[in-house]
Amino acid sequence: MSNTDLKVKVWRGAEQGEFVEYLVPRNSNQTVLDVVTYIQRKLDPTLSYRFACRVGMCGSCAMTVNGVARWTCRTHVSQIVEGDSLEIAPLNNLPVIKDLATDMREFFNKWKGAVGFFKGNQSRHDDFAKVEPQSEERQLANAGIECIGCGVCYASCEVVEARPNYLGPAALNRAWTLTNDIRDVQQLERLRAVAGDAGCHACHTQGSCTERCPKAIEPTASIAGLKKLVARAAVKGSKWGKL
Amino acid sequence: MSAAVMQAKLWYAQRISAMILGICVAIHLVIIFYAIRGGLTAQEILGRTQGNLTFAFFYETFVLACFVHAPIGVANILQETLPKSGIAKPASWLLAISILTLGTTAVIGVYSGGAL
Repeated sequence: MSNTDLKVKVWRGAEQGEFVEYLVPRNSNQTVLDVVTYIQRKLDPTLSYRFACRVGMCGSCAMTVNGVARWTCRTHVSQIVEGDSLEIAPLNNLPVIKDLATDMREFFNKWKGAVGFFKGNQSRHDDFAKVEPQSEERQLANAGIECIGCGVCYASCEVVEARPNYLGPAALNRAWTLTNDIRDVQQLERLRAVAGDAGCHACHTQGSCTERCPKAIEPTASIAGLKKLVARAAVKGSKWGKL
Repeated sequence: MSAAVMQAKLWYAQRISAMILGICVAIHLVIIFYAIRGGLTAQEILGRTQGNLTFAFFYETFVLACFVHAPIGVANILQETLPKSGIAKPASWLLAISILTLGTTAVIGVYSGGAL
């Protein structure tokens, strides 16, 4: 071991498993994904992990590094290393397939469950919908639209941990952006889907999702918007009707 | 009504009751500071509250806001802490009925001075 080696503990196994320590040479400008890639290519080819773009666009390389969910491709070792140690584990709140790869199906099924997809009523023969860039709806949608579905917020959410059927910050954030999409035609259905304790009303406003989001989105604010909108729709009705 | 819509309404009720409680607690504290200037005796308290409809109305509003607010919060805590126990609903109803009964009894007590 040279004195510039990193001691990296990596989770090996599935739900049951253990941390295995590897020694990885320390380089300047080294990302956590570089470290994981080094281990797989040079030390143990059986290590499983997921990545694609390496530049923070695809959202597939998120892992728990030193206890915190992060994108490994955009996290420099120098930002988070504690002495000469790193601990790399799969994302929380998701079933582990093997080593650092989690099963993301439940995460994406919850987007579907929150009616987190667009449906319009115009065809290619209609004129373009005109959405005023400065309108309130467009501005609110803009605030949450850049989500790439990496799962960092979902893995950081204590409510997901306590209530496994809770839709989670990413799905609710997506629902909020669509609620503010004036072209969408499933508004009432979406409000029903995100109402109650499996939806927005279970959020404790703890803000871990907002703190950890690598895109600096604020799911907490989106969920707060949904809470008010949905509760009012349940009691007084909304512009789309009563729940 | 679906369970989700019911939960959304409960959330709304808890927020509205929290606003009422905020005002009630503030008034309650101000009254305490004002009232204890000359010492605190049961006689003095009853002298102020007995036959005073404004006091009775204010404290019953306080009780009703607690009756709505606290059980919803307790039910949520129990549901998240002990999800499989099924205790959330019965425990929160028990709490709700206790707050309403004991609170209203207390309001009647200070209004009537124990005459009822």
